[in-house]
Amino acid sequence: MRRAPPQSYPGINLGQDHASADKFAEVVTFGFWVFLMSDLVYFGLMFAIYITMIDAQAGGPGPHDLFDLKSIFAQTIILLTSSLTVGLAMLALKYNLPRVRIVFWFGVTLILGLTFLVLEIRDFMAMADKGGVPQRSGFLSAYYGLVPLHGLHVAAGCLWLIVLGIQLRIMGLTDLLMSRVVRLALFWHFLDLIWIGIITIVYFGGLSYG
Amino acid sequence: MDRRTEMHRRERRRYVIGYGGSLLLTLIVFSIAHLFGIETRDVYLAIGLLGLAQLIVQLVYFLHIDRRRSSREDLDLILFSTLVLLIIILGTVWILGNLAIRMHIHPM
Amino acid sequence: MTSTGSGFFGRLSWDAFPVSGLIENPSANEIVANAAAAIVVIGVIVVVGLLTCFRLWGPLWRDWLTSVDHKKIGIMYIVFAIVMLARGVLEGVAMRAQQAAGPGDGFLEAEHFAELFSTHGTIMIFFVAVPFVFGVANFLIPLMIGARDVAFPRMNQIGLGLTVSAGMMLMVSLVVGEFSTGGWTAYPPFTGAAFNPGVGPDYWIWAIVVSGVGTTLTGINFAVTIYKLRAPGMKFMRLPMYCWTIISSSILIIFAMPPLGVAALLLAADRYLDFHFFTNDLGGNMMNYANLFWLFGHPEVYLLVLPAYGVYSEIFATFSAKRLYGYNSLVIATMCIAVLSFTVWLHHFFTMGQSALINAVFGIATMLIAIPTGVKVYDWMATLYRGRIRFSVPMLYSLSFLMLFVIGGLSGVILANPTVDYQVHNTLFLVAHFHNVLLPGVLFGMLAAYNYWFPKAFGFRLNEFWGRVSVLCWTVGFLLTFMPLYFVGLMGMPRRSFSYSDPSFQPFMVVAIIGALIITCGLFSVLIQLWVSIRDRDKSRVPVGDPWDGRTLEWSIPSPPPPYNFAVIPQVGDRDDFAAAKRRGVAYPTPDAYEDIDVPRNTGIGFILCVLSGIWMFALVWWIWWLVIFTTILMILALIVWSFDTNNEITIPAEEVRKDHEAWLGLVHSTVAVDRDHEVVSENKGLARPDMEAAV
Repeated sequence: MRRAPPQSYPGINLGQDHASADKFAEVVTFGFWVFLMSDLVYFGLMFAIYITMIDAQAGGPGPHDLFDLKSIFAQTIILLTSSLTVGLAMLALKYNLPRVRIVFWFGVTLILGLTFLVLEIRDFMAMADKGGVPQRSGFLSAYYGLVPLHGLHVAAGCLWLIVLGIQLRIMGLTDLLMSRVVRLALFWHFLDLIWIGIITIVYFGGLSYG
Repeated sequence: MDRRTEMHRRERRRYVIGYGGSLLLTLIVFSIAHLFGIETRDVYLAIGLLGLAQLIVQLVYFLHIDRRRSSREDLDLILFSTLVLLIIILGTVWILGNLAIRMHIHPM
Repeated sequence: MTSTGSGFFGRLSWDAFPVSGLIENPSANEIVANAAAAIVVIGVIVVVGLLTCFRLWGPLWRDWLTSVDHKKIGIMYIVFAIVMLARGVLEGVAMRAQQAAGPGDGFLEAEHFAELFSTHGTIMIFFVAVPFVFGVANFLIPLMIGARDVAFPRMNQIGLGLTVSAGMMLMVSLVVGEFSTGGWTAYPPFTGAAFNPGVGPDYWIWAIVVSGVGTTLTGINFAVTIYKLRAPGMKFMRLPMYCWTIISSSILIIFAMPPLGVAALLLAADRYLDFHFFTNDLGGNMMNYANLFWLFGHPEVYLLVLPAYGVYSEIFATFSAKRLYGYNSLVIATMCIAVLSFTVWLHHFFTMGQSALINAVFGIATMLIAIPTGVKVYDWMATLYRGRIRFSVPMLYSLSFLMLFVIGGLSGVILANPTVDYQVHNTLFLVAHFHNVLLPGVLFGMLAAYNYWFPKAFGFRLNEFWGRVSVLCWTVGFLLTFMPLYFVGLMGMPRRSFSYSDPSFQPFMVVAIIGALIITCGLFSVLIQLWVSIRDRDKSRVPVGDPWDGRTLEWSIPSPPPPYNFAVIPQVGDRDDFAAAKRRGVAYPTPDAYEDIDVPRNTGIGFILCVLSGIWMFALVWWIWWLVIFTTILMILALIVWSFDTNNEITIPAEEVRKDHEAWLGLVHSTVAVDRDHEVVSENKGLARPDMEAAV
C-alpha cells in the first residue's frame, strides 16, 4: 500500500522514466561500495600495525609528548560538519534546489575539508619540531603511515569535489553527474568513519596505552 | 505541500539527527578524556564503546545502512568486510603480540 | 642512503646495462644475463618490425589497444600471460640446469641465481597465473551470465593496462639494472635499504604495487558484474559453477590484495623515506612483513586455483555429457574455501617463533581446507562416473589434474602439521608441494580452458594432435621435474640454493632437468599447436558455436561472438540452460523483436595509463624525481580529463542486429548436426546432435 518509491541509494531519485540510468547508478554505487571495503582493509591493516607498534618507540617521543588533543578535537568537529554539508549538498542537487544553495554547500564542504588538512599538517609540523618524525621510531612510522593516509584521502576528496563542481557547471545536472555526487558523498562519509577509528585507536588508544 | 518537499525534509532531518548524535558522542568522548584523563582501562573502554556507537550512528544516518531490503546488499557487504577485518586485525595482534612477548622485543 | 641519486637521470648510469658487465668480465654468467637481455631487445625489435612490415599499427590500435570489449581484453590478458609464461619456464630450466650441474659452483653466480628464482616466482604468480585466470574470466563471465559486457568496461581496460605495464617492468629489469634477489616474497630486512641498496627490490615493489591496483580493479569489476548483471531468471543457484568460483575469487582479491599493497608500500617507505616498519633498528619489526605478506599470499593461491576448479567443473560436465554432480555441495565448498583461506596465513611461517598454541590453531585451520577441497574431488569423480566420456584435449588436461593435484593437496596436508613443517621448512619439499598444486591445479586448468574455449573466441578448433602432445609433455615433464624435489627436500636440500655440497642430491637434480626440458617441449607444443591450428583453420571452423555440445549460455551464440554477445538477452529457466534447451529441442529460438544495442565506445585511457604508469615506475626505481612528479601529475590529469568524456557509448541499430542474427540462424538451420563422438573431425561445424541416451 504505502510502499515508498524504490529508493536504493540516498540521492537516486531518477524515477520511472530513468529506468536504465537508475540501474546504472545502482550498479556503479554498489561497485563503489566494494571499492570502499577494499580500501577499508588498507586502513584496517594500518590500524593493526599501529597497535602492534605502539611500544616500538625506541626511546623517541611517544603519544604524550606529541599529541595535541585540542587540535584533534577541532579536526574532529570540522570533519564531522563537512560530512553533514556534503550530505546537504547532495540533497540540494537531488531536489533541484536553487543553484546558490548547491554552490554554497559544495563550497562549505570544500573549505571545511581544506581547513581540516591545514590543521592536520600544522599538527605534523608541531610534532616534527618535538622530534616526532617518522624516521625516529617504528611507532612514529606507523603513525605517519596511517594518519597521513587518511589525510591523503581527504585531499583526494577535495580534488574530486573541485572537479565535480566544474563538471556540474559545464554539463549541468545529468544522471551521470548525480551518481558521481552520490559516490563522492559516500566517500566523504567513509572518511569520517575512518576518522572515528583514528581518534579512538590512534589518539586515545595511544595516550591511554603508550 | 507536495511529496518531494516532504521527502526532502525527511531526508534532511535524517542528516541533522545523525550530525547531532555524532556531535554529542564526540563531545562526551572528549569531555571524558578531559575530566578523567585516559590512563585507566575503564575510561578507555568507555571511549572505545562510544566510538563504536558513533560508527553505528553514522552508518545508519549518513550512509543509510539498515535492514531495509534495498540496502541489504550493502549491509551484507559491510558485515562480511567486518568479519574479514576482525580476522586480519585480531590475528595480526595475536601473532605479533605473542612474538613480542616470546622474543622480548620491547623490554618495558 | 647514498646521495648519488641527484642527477638528471637519478642513479641511472652506463653500469646499469648488462652489456657493461660482459665487456668488463666475460663469463658464462654474463653470457646468460646478456642473452636474456638480448632476447628481450630482439623480441621487441621483431614485434615492432613485423607490425610495421604488415602495416598493422592501425588495426592494432583500433581493434585491440583501445578496445573495451571484454572478450578482446580477455584475449589480450591471455596473450600477455603466455609471453610471460615463456620467460618463466625458461628461467625455471636455467635454475634446474644450475643445480643439475652438480655440487660446486655450476655456471651461474649466486646473485644471478637469486635473481632467477625471484623473477621466476614473481612472474609465474603475478604475470602468468593472474592474467591467465583474469583473461579467461574476462572472456567468459558476461557470456556465461547472459550479459553484454562487464559492469565497468573502461575500468577493465585500465586494469589490463596496469597489469601489463607492471609486467613490462620485469622485462625492463633484464636490460636495465637488476631485479630483486629477495625471492618472490621479498622479505626484509634482506630487501631493506641497509642490506640491499640497489634497484632490485624497487623493481619488485613497484611492479607489485601497480599490478596489485590493476588486479583489485578487476576483482571489483567481476564481483559487481556477477552480482548485478545476470540475465533475467539467472538466479544464484543457476549460475554455472565457473561463475561461482569467480565470485569467490573476486572476494579474495578485494580483501587480500590490500595486505600485499600495504606490505609493499611500507617496504617502499622503509627504503625510500627511511621509515622503520621492517628495519632492524629503532623499533622496526620484520616479522610483521611476513605476517602482512601472507595475509595476502594465502588467499592469493586460492584466488588462482578456484577459477581453475571452475574450469574443471565445466569441462568434466561437458565431456562426460552429464550434469555436474553435487552442484550445491560444490557451491558450498567453494564459499567455504573462500572464507577459510583468510584464516590460515600463519602456516607459511610456522617456524617464526610464536607459541605452539598459535601454530596448532592455524595448523588445524589449514587441514580443514582439505575437507571442501576433498568434496570437490569426489564431486568431479562422481560427475565422471557412468558418463559418456570423450578424451578430448581439455578433458585430458582435467584428468591429469585430477590425479596429480591429489598428490599435491595431500603433501599440503602433511605440511599443515607444524611439527612436520619444522622439519621440511624452507626445503625443496615445499617447492615440490606448491608446484604440485600450481602446475596441475592452475596452469593445467588454464591450458584446458584455452583449449576448451578457443573455438568460442576465434571460431575454429585447436589442433587435436599437438594438444595431446602438449598434455603428455606437461604431465610427464611435471612428474619428472617435481617428484624428485620431494625426495631431495626430505633429504634436507634447502630451496633457493645455487650450490650444494652433498653429491647424493645430484641424480635427482639430473632427473629434474630432464623433466624441465620436457616441460619446455610442452610449452613449445602449445605454441606449435597454435601455429598449426591457425594454418589449418579452414578445416576446423565452428561458426555455429557449439563444438563440444556445451551446457552453458556461451555456447548458444555464434563463434566468434558478436560485439554485443547476445542479440537478445536470454531468459534463463534452468541451470545449464542451454543443455536443457537442446534436450527439449528449443535451442536457437527465433526472437520476436530486436532492439538497438548500446556498446561502449573505444577509449585510449587504459593504454595511456599503461604507458604513464610504466614511466612512473621506472622513474621511481631510478630516483628520477622530476619524472616521478611529472608522470604523477599527468596520470591524475589524464583521469580528470577522461572523466569529462561522457559520450562513451555507440548504438548498434536493431536492423543490423537482426540481419546478423538471422544470417546466423539460417546457418544453424542449414548445418548438419554432428554426433559428439565425431567432435574432432572437420564436419563438426559447431552444431551438436543431442544425445538423449546419455543425458542424465
